[in-house]
Amino acid sequence: MLLIEIKPNTCDFCGCCVGVCPEDAIELQEAQISIIEERCTNCAKCVWVCPFEVLLFNKPQKTKAEA
Amino acid sequence: MKQEYDVIVVGAGPAGSTCARYAAAQGASVVVLEKDRDVGMPVRCGEAVSNRSLEKIVDIDPRWIAATIRRFRLVSPSGQIVEPDLGGHGFVLERRLFDYDLARLAVEAGAEVHTKSYVDGLLPSENGWQGVALQWKGERREIRGRIIVGADGVESRVGKWAGVDTTTHMRDMETCAQMTLSNVDLEDDACEFYFGNDTAPMGYLWVFPKGNGMANVGVGISGMASKQRAAIRYLKDFIARRFPGAGVLTTVAGGVPCAVTVDTLVKDNIVLVGDAAHQVNPMSGGGITSGMFGGKMAGEAIARALAREDLTLLQEYPRQWEKDIGAKHRTYHRMKSAVYKFPDETLDDIARKVLALSPEKRTIWGVFRTALRHQPALVWEMVKVFGLGR
Ligand SMILES: Cc1cc2nc3c(=O)[nH]c(=O)nc-3n(C[C@H](O)[C@H](O)[C@H](O)COP(=O)(O)OP(=O)(O)OC[C@H]3O[C@@H](n4cnc5c(N)ncnc54)[C@H](O)[C@@H]3O)c2cc1C
Repeated sequence: MLLIEIKPNTCDFCGCCVGVCPEDAIELQEAQISIIEERCTNCAKCVWVCPFEVLLFNKPQKTKAEA
Repeated sequence: MKQEYDVIVVGAGPAGSTCARYAAAQGASVVVLEKDRDVGMPVRCGEAVSNRSLEKIVDIDPRWIAATIRRFRLVSPSGQIVEPDLGGHGFVLERRLFDYDLARLAVEAGAEVHTKSYVDGLLPSENGWQGVALQWKGERREIRGRIIVGADGVESRVGKWAGVDTTTHMRDMETCAQMTLSNVDLEDDACEFYFGNDTAPMGYLWVFPKGNGMANVGVGISGMASKQRAAIRYLKDFIARRFPGAGVLTTVAGGVPCAVTVDTLVKDNIVLVGDAAHQVNPMSGGGITSGMFGGKMAGEAIARALAREDLTLLQEYPRQWEKDIGAKHRTYHRMKSAVYKFPDETLDDIARKVLALSPEKRTIWGVFRTALRHQPALVWEMVKVFGLGR
């Protein structure tokens, strides 16, 4: 499940996240960014390096059975 | 756009354009593919270069120069100011014009440049790669090339697609926020660098004059520090303190791979240059001229390999890089790794000690020697690699 989220309309498309992504899981065009869900391992490196705090890591919600 | 070229260059930054220029100079057909709609924009850069490096790699056009720098001012966390002797001068460039002209030089040498061309894959062949897949003005295309150059910057993927590990470690990724300010009162010949945990943890903050009351102000912090607090917050704090009345003309994000150069610069018919190959000086974060040197070396090796129909000649490029720059950058990386985590007290102590040096010893190297005085092996390596100290 993809836990990384990109806040809409805030990305500056600088490529910092792509540079640290070990899985080549980010697609970055001139003014378009998306995460390739099948490759992303939710390692969150992209979240940590983002200069503008555009990427968010959503902690997985525990289901009732797990809690 | 044709369907086939001798050389496909991905990315029209300084490294890609310079590579294309030298590859095309001997008659090879060269295309540069740039994803953005324009070359040289947006500017994600401090735009500072040393005159000595720049004049070695290109004939300088005065239109590129926003300011000529004769002084460096290093500011410690407690506000002590060290002004080391530069032994030369530097420039703050206007990269909008600079990058554009480098692309023009490539075109004048015979290359084609296409913007709005987003490369999103390599086309495999039996012994390497036979071209690239791209979205060109929204349309899907495939073009063939005998040699493919990854000049696609910090966000490089060409190397990864070819199986070269170009991922930058979090610690080595300097994550940056930068603004162009107007209405600021600055001396037009001094670059300022601010250090300290509250200002720029594991990095530095720069204030570079651009003339006419303008300044390029930015901060770069290690990815490790960015985990706690993002670069943009440090920059906003500093500007509110230091330039409360300034107008903000641009605000951009950026990343600088301050790592050791990737060890595979050429794999089969794939060649990596510039930020894509981590050719940035890892100590300063400056990658404009070093990327251009990489581009030139690669372009010349490509031209020779094509002229003699022998792709093994591409290996001359990594050999030359290692000889001219590679070893120096490894030492810079060791120096950076030693100093970038210094706590504020150590930084202030270094400033005090440098201020106590006699003026002729107060050089950039004097600063490093003082900073690294507890690591004599590294100082010795610096002396050896950079030919200093005699
Ligand atoms: C905030 C900041 C400040 C800096 N300050 C300085 C400084 O003061 N002095 C200095 O010397 N250096 C500085 N640098 C570093 C310098 O900007 C880079 O090292 C330099 O731009 C590298 O050149 P390049 O040609 O390798 O890559 P870039 O200039 O990044 O060019 C790469 C190009 O490839 C394109 N591209 C990427 N992917 C694709 C794709 N899939 N398809 C098509 N095109 C693609 C990009 O759009 C881009 O135009 C700074 C960097 C940052 C981020």
